[in-house]
Amino acid sequence: MKEEGQLGKTASKTPGQVIVVTSGKGGVGKTTTAAAVATGLALRGHKTVVIDFDVGLRNLDLVMGCERRVVFDFINVINGDAKLNQALIRDKRIETLYVFPTSQTRDKDALKPEGVANVMQQLREGYDYIVCDSPAGIERGALTALYHADSAIIVTNPEVSSVRDSDRILGILAAKSRRAELNQQPVKEHLLLTRYSAGRVASGEMLSIDDVKEILSVPILGVIPESESVLRASNTGTPVILDDASPAGRAYEDAVARLLGEQRELRFVAPARKSLFRAIFGRA
Amino acid sequence: MRILDFLFPKRPASGATAAIAKERLQLVLAHERAGREGAEILPLMKRELLSVIAKYVAIKEDMIQVKLGRDGSASVLRINVEFDGGRRPKRARM
Repeated sequence: MKEEGQLGKTASKTPGQVIVVTSGKGGVGKTTTAAAVATGLALRGHKTVVIDFDVGLRNLDLVMGCERRVVFDFINVINGDAKLNQALIRDKRIETLYVFPTSQTRDKDALKPEGVANVMQQLREGYDYIVCDSPAGIERGALTALYHADSAIIVTNPEVSSVRDSDRILGILAAKSRRAELNQQPVKEHLLLTRYSAGRVASGEMLSIDDVKEILSVPILGVIPESESVLRASNTGTPVILDDASPAGRAYEDAVARLLGEQRELRFVAPARKSLFRAIFGRA
Repeated sequence: MRILDFLFPKRPASGATAAIAKERLQLVLAHERAGREGAEILPLMKRELLSVIAKYVAIKEDMIQVKLGRDGSASVLRINVEFDGGRRPKRARM
């Protein structure tokens, strides 16, 4: 499978697909998701680059574990101070994965639209997938991140403010993307529910998958269970999808498979059955 | 205690707040979406209305107002058209 994909990458001359990971609300798991999805695509042999659009608040490098290898960044490339290839960091674990770090400048307007368009064009030519990690909010940075998207992963927590903000960002995707401006096929929308707690859903404390799907009317790409492994992964700079012992890692793997058109049942969405032993002796 | 919890699990009713969350979200989003759609449609509608009216009477762009509002639970579209000169102003409402 993997070799097939890698052959495909050199042979394919079709332009790469741009996927934006966005949410409106902050802290819902955009960077975790961007890192996991990009890593998952690369694991399947697709030449993939993941870009940090959060100017001034660079964090993708930490989550990807390459923070000490950043030399040039997005703004350097846009300003012509560095070539694209000089700024791209090749992942040490996966051959087909690259990280494009953002700048720590405080100038929020540093991502000039023509410069970004130029970079995206070059990346489309050289990569199969370009994963854009959007900043939170609906300001310039978030708009820049979603502008070039062919498809979007809307990261949502099953919680009122996150769902509302997701609805807002869906409206913006439909109106302000490049595809909308050029009257092309609309950006393909995928909903990714993160920090899902099946137990709390079962006891009626948390919005269910069906609730969120009904409210937002966007197809579900995946459901990532609340998991301790996510913090462990970011502590060590390892995308959580590489932790195949963790439910979150496996749920991301499923989501990537669905993104590529595979049919997979949702896992980890039923409450964990408490064993009699654990119930009595209280080992969680 | 844990044995008791297991044998007699707590009733979910007191903590079952997800239904409230869903209802509140559906309400607030219905309002927000209506506003958003209006923002896109209204300028187009105004332009078309203007071109139709201009066929029959002299009219300038600032003489027509199209507004989406609400009246209780119903959405109300208000269209106000002003006319120049001695003609009496005509008010259309739908």
